[in-house]
Amino acid sequence: MTQYLLSVVTPSAGTDEHQVPTPEQLAPIMARVAALQTEMREAGAWVFAGGLEAPSTATVLRPGGDDVLLVDGPFAEGKEYLGGFTVIEAPDLDAALDWGRRTVAAIGLPIEVRPFVG
Amino acid sequence: MSPLEEVFRAEHGRAVAVLTRQLGSLDLAEEAVAEAFAVAAATWPTRGVPPSPAGWVVTTARNKAVDRLRREAVGTAKTAQLALLQAEPEVVDVGAVRDDQLRLLFTCCHPALAPEARVALTLRMVAGLSTSAIARAFLVPEATMAARITRAKKKIAAARIPYRVPEAVDLPARLGSVLAVVALVGTEAHSPAGGDEPTRDDLLDEAVRLARLLVELLPEEPETLGLLALLLLTASRRPARVVDGVLVPLDAQDRTRWSRVHLEEGQELVRTCLRTGRPGPFQVQAAIAAVHADAPTWADTDWAQVVALYDQLPATPVVALNRAVAVAELDGPSVGLALVDRIGLDRSPVFHAVRADLLRRLDRPAEAAAAYAAALNRTSNAAERADLERRRSRLSG
Repeated sequence: MTQYLLSVVTPSAGTDEHQVPTPEQLAPIMARVAALQTEMREAGAWVFAGGLEAPSTATVLRPGGDDVLLVDGPFAEGKEYLGGFTVIEAPDLDAALDWGRRTVAAIGLPIEVRPFVG
Repeated sequence: MSPLEEVFRAEHGRAVAVLTRQLGSLDLAEEAVAEAFAVAAATWPTRGVPPSPAGWVVTTARNKAVDRLRREAVGTAKTAQLALLQAEPEVVDVGAVRDDQLRLLFTCCHPALAPEARVALTLRMVAGLSTSAIARAFLVPEATMAARITRAKKKIAAARIPYRVPEAVDLPARLGSVLAVVALVGTEAHSPAGGDEPTRDDLLDEAVRLARLLVELLPEEPETLGLLALLLLTASRRPARVVDGVLVPLDAQDRTRWSRVHLEEGQELVRTCLRTGRPGPFQVQAAIAAVHADAPTWADTDWAQVVALYDQLPATPVVALNRAVAVAELDGPSVGLALVDRIGLDRSPVFHAVRADLLRRLDRPAEAAAAYAAALNRTSNAAERADLERRRSRLSG
């Protein structure tokens, strides 16, 4: 079994693709995500998951000689940011891609599937 | 080809396929097979080719892999691999080898790999071409090609791309990816994107060889037959397509020079596809090629049939362009030009060449000259340029 990170690729504020869903739009998405997570748990595939606050809430720590420097984040501004993620366990990439495909269907955003080392 | 080379080209894919399953690693399998062939290169010239070269290659490669794993196994996960390998019976039956070859093809053509990596891996692993030969064929530096193949192998291992024939439900889509890779090898052979050579015969032979393997492995899939037919009919025109280093377009080819062997096999396959009655894009393209093959001259072509067949293909810009050429023959160049002008293929030299020819036939030489210039600006292939120059020189005034 290999663990895979399913990242939710979220368009950043200011890009054409960016849109803040209304509560009416968000409710069915959350319901679909919850149902999928339950299914992942029942299949023994679910390891961990979470949604992340906006990049503007991030703080970056950098090695700075003897000290650690603290700056307002995010680390890198991009057209997309990591909006949330699920860690799953799957026998191979095809199985992981299958969960990924279903996550896309639930959220409606691109999903990056990436294996953990080992 | 030397006997060694012949065995190498014939057995490389099979040996890598069998050993990848036994070892659970494409990388290890490839290395072991390479070592076996190194032994062959050192011993066969003096001791002769063994009675069963295919079996010899797999057995020797297995032994090399066992040696390597033993050396590296101490206290690592490789002990498990070693046990796996030693438990495996040495005699492998034909059906199992067939499955292994399919697994290898589907792994090399996995949609999670970049299209250019699929092509490179398939030519390297299944067809047994050297990295430098593949680099030459695709006009990239050898180091770039080597890096591309290494990256793809690393992804297969790290992301666990499975070594498995897809399940029935996924098979059409996954087979599509395999067919596309083989078709791409054929396209690159037929009209190289750059360089000086008008065609790459060796690469087209490679595409035919891969298509034959697919037909052998998946005889129930009519699209595999369609692809093989298309490649054979393409190959049949080879002797007439380049004369004295100049590319001769289909309308000007001396059809008596077409290779009858390729042509007849291609036509027979198209007839088989028609009988099967499960058409697909490759079968339709092969049928179009077969209509051309039936016609003794360009003027005698059954253009109505060609247009009807193009109508069955997904209307991509390239299909629309080829269809417009056929319509121009059927209904006249002005009707054809009206269709061409609706197609957005500005970057393609063929698009501008087709426009130029139609404008020339409509006696609009200034516009035709501009279109030939646009086509020339968009290709670096020497033979294609020579053909365009020749067509431009036919403009009056």
